[in-house]
Amino acid sequence: MAAPPREELAETMAGARHTRVPSRSRLVARRFLRTGQGRVGFALLASLFLLAFLGPRAAPWSATDLDFTAFLQPPSASHWFGTLQTGTDVFAVTMSGARRSLLVGLLVAVLSTAFAAVAGSFAGYFLGWTDRTLMWVTDLLLVLPAFLILAVMSPLFTAGRWLLFVAMLAAFLWMVTSKIVRGMTRSIREREYIQAARFMGVAPPTIIFRHVLPNLASLLVVDATLNVSAAILTETSLSYFGFGIQPPDVSLGGLIADGSATALYAPWTFWFAAGVLIVMILAVNLAGDALRDAFDPDAGRAG
Amino acid sequence: MTGVTGERPLAGRAPAPGRPGAGGPVLEVSDLSVRFGEVHAVRGVGYSLAAGEVLGVVGESGAGKSVAALAVMGLLPRRARVTGSARLHGAELIGAPEKRLAALRGSGISMVFQDPLSAMTPVYRVGDQIAEAVRVHGEVTRRAAAERAVELLDLVGIPDPRRRARAFPHEFSGGMRQRAMIAMAVANDPDVIICDEPTTALDVTVQAQVMEVLRKAQRETGAAVLLITHDLGVVAGFADRVLVMYAGREVELGTVHEVYARPRMPYTAGLLASVPRLDAGAELPLVPIGGRPPSPAELPPGCPFEPRCALSIPECRAAEPAPLEVFPGHRAACLRAREPGRAPRPEARGAAVPLAGDGPPRPATPVVLEVQGLVKHYALTRGALLRRRVGTVRAVDGVDLDIREGETLGLVGESGCGKTTTLMQILELTRVQAGRVSVMGRDTATLTSRERLALRGRVQVVFQDPLASLDPRMTVHDIVAEPLVTHRRGDAAPRVRRLLRMVGLDAADAARHPRHFSGGQRQRVAIARALALEPRLVVLDEPVSALDVSVQAGVINLLEDLRDRLGLSYLLVAHDLAVVRHIADRVAVMHLGRIAEIGRAGRVYGAPAHPYTQALLAAVPIPDPARERRRRRVLLEGDVPSPADPPSGCRFRTRCPKFKALADALRARCLTEEPEVRPLEDDHGAACHYAEKPGVVQSTAPTTARNLEEP
Repeated sequence: MAAPPREELAETMAGARHTRVPSRSRLVARRFLRTGQGRVGFALLASLFLLAFLGPRAAPWSATDLDFTAFLQPPSASHWFGTLQTGTDVFAVTMSGARRSLLVGLLVAVLSTAFAAVAGSFAGYFLGWTDRTLMWVTDLLLVLPAFLILAVMSPLFTAGRWLLFVAMLAAFLWMVTSKIVRGMTRSIREREYIQAARFMGVAPPTIIFRHVLPNLASLLVVDATLNVSAAILTETSLSYFGFGIQPPDVSLGGLIADGSATALYAPWTFWFAAGVLIVMILAVNLAGDALRDAFDPDAGRAG
Repeated sequence: MTGVTGERPLAGRAPAPGRPGAGGPVLEVSDLSVRFGEVHAVRGVGYSLAAGEVLGVVGESGAGKSVAALAVMGLLPRRARVTGSARLHGAELIGAPEKRLAALRGSGISMVFQDPLSAMTPVYRVGDQIAEAVRVHGEVTRRAAAERAVELLDLVGIPDPRRRARAFPHEFSGGMRQRAMIAMAVANDPDVIICDEPTTALDVTVQAQVMEVLRKAQRETGAAVLLITHDLGVVAGFADRVLVMYAGREVELGTVHEVYARPRMPYTAGLLASVPRLDAGAELPLVPIGGRPPSPAELPPGCPFEPRCALSIPECRAAEPAPLEVFPGHRAACLRAREPGRAPRPEARGAAVPLAGDGPPRPATPVVLEVQGLVKHYALTRGALLRRRVGTVRAVDGVDLDIREGETLGLVGESGCGKTTTLMQILELTRVQAGRVSVMGRDTATLTSRERLALRGRVQVVFQDPLASLDPRMTVHDIVAEPLVTHRRGDAAPRVRRLLRMVGLDAADAARHPRHFSGGQRQRVAIARALALEPRLVVLDEPVSALDVSVQAGVINLLEDLRDRLGLSYLLVAHDLAVVRHIADRVAVMHLGRIAEIGRAGRVYGAPAHPYTQALLAAVPIPDPARERRRRRVLLEGDVPSPADPPSGCRFRTRCPKFKALADALRARCLTEEPEVRPLEDDHGAACHYAEKPGVVQSTAPTTARNLEEP
């Protein structure tokens, strides 16, 4: 068999290599899982997800079921985490709350980080009036009392409109990150590869999405993980005061608030929800820390 | 002896007086090795320094030059394992207790670093820092030390030293800081001064000043100097002997005259042949050294230079040759060093330099770039709340130039003269503050955005630092394909492969990221990207100044080859006048935002008419000891004036040697009237009221300029 011509060979080789190009994300994943922190965080998060989404299927009770034979019972074989005063199964309701809290946390984090990235990089890249307008909005949102506004708006979050709540929460979380992104964009903007792209006629939004944001990826990923816990905590504290997720939706904050009244003589009504919350925040922070290390460019060169 | 000599006044002392051991070597280094874990950075280096001697250490980056010097000073980090011996007046330094080393640093051996800004503490006054260096080693009162600091600043030629001693480092210019560092280094009358790339960060004119100061300091103290540099010209002018290092080892050692005239190691010969020289025209191509230096972590078993060597024989691969005495006092680590009649180094280069170097007349091709009266001023504002304008930085203040198709215009000048601002203004392709830029005959002020995009394909740019100009997160394929994708030029993959091959890279490299490439390869990627859209004009912003000499030659040759093959025009900005001389057909010399002299390269270099051009050219060292020492030097005094407050009339008059020689009646014109570029002859003009016709200039070299002819 004749050897393929040189060009073709080069092409197939390049093709073969091309499939390997996203090696950066693989590298990050490998470095992430190499650390003990990363592994523990990842395992905890994964099992929380599994529990929250699959757990209720395995459990005999659903969150809306009321067991009239067992009011405020301690954990037993039929009610793994015990029951509330109404006869609600604590396991089912905790998992339901964890599901909502996880979803809220992840969605808020992704939304607010994405918004921060776009607003910050456009402000930092274009400067001028774009910058002034965006930063004016940012400053305005920074000085608004987020908690108060969310509390006032809480009646709107009833009846499955929790997505609105997510949007509102995200709207109050992006400002600080966008200021950081703006500053970093301003320095990246002066780099010669950005200049080269400008002088070859690449449109500014393309430059931002192709050159600026990928070079801020480590910051953004870390920010997103931190935002997950920030969002969960904010939601929890709002719900604790009754301003967050509204019934019939349940969230961990609401459960903790309800459980705190009976915590002294029926600790299972309080401690399971609180425990899940603590594990959740811990897991996200562990994973975030490990991810930041994995993205660290200095250490990354070694791999 | 340190305590005694430290208190003797410096001035008026004969070089190397009868101090103990003046006859023998001051510093003797033998078999010095440094390891960082697995990496063997220095592998058995030995040399000796006699009192008053200057030893130049040259080599490419990563050759172990600086590490070897730091090892002698005991300044390497703790994880470095240093073996071998370094004796100062017979006393062993390697492994000596920290306390003894600290006592020797400054008084026995002192050091001048490359970056004088980071070598000085920013929060203390310069005079106090020098006084501190004086006090550390001697029982001197605070007052006497301060007095001594002023004396030292005066010695290194800082004007008004008493006032300047109270200034902070950031108030000094780069050249002045380096002078202050030299003052600090000689403060305790050391026996050895180690200079680590002392002038690399400086402009040529300032480099010439600093080298002069170093020469004076060395004469005054009689110290031996170890001069580490990559600039073969600096070594040629200053050193007595030269040590060439490669891959952590000595490959050649001998007197400067011997080594430059008869290099016995192919690497030395290669280095000398790869440097563009001011005294040689563009007639002969540079000879780059192929390949790249081996990584110190994985050295080949044989001679480390063998893979790049044109003269290698199979035996070279077997074992590493030890340095052999070829001639008395001239060692070379090459198996074939003693063979007679080896290919001599291309001595022909530079021998026949046409003085008026006319070359072919300007081509009658269409003009690709025309700049008329280009102006770019920046407002200096103060106040956070109420911004008010307190001044104007005249970065570019009326520049005219034009480039025809197939032509290369070199734009040279000191840093801060507005070269890069001019480039950026041209590349923006928008309306300029004042003046006119037209590219391919189109005035950039009247372009629509669609036309501007189309024109961007015709004008491309290559930047100085290839690592900064390539997006680290993208593969080489994506980088080179980006212009093609932006301009929707169909399937990019085959064209990317062709482009990569055109610039001498492997098409399979496309899948790798820029950080996997060496500096020269990265610059080739940047060139491939610039050529992707088949431009007519390529703007080169210091394209080779970040590269090692041997690699630099390859990139220069590539640029010349591409220009000839593709009929490109170049606008080349560089501070290295020898590089410009090599590539450019025409040269424009910029000074403080204006063109000082413009014309055909041969004329401007051969018979410079503007005193600034004369001074610039005189400051560039030539890598040939015989010529370098015979040259007349025009030293410019002082620093470049601030572009925010240029002098009245001629902007060069404050530093102009010609102005100083003029009669008062003639000076008035320089004080009041700003000179325009006026043509002296066909395609050669200078912006000087008293520019003489070329040819006359040579004989009437400015008389006030300090004539530093060496014997």
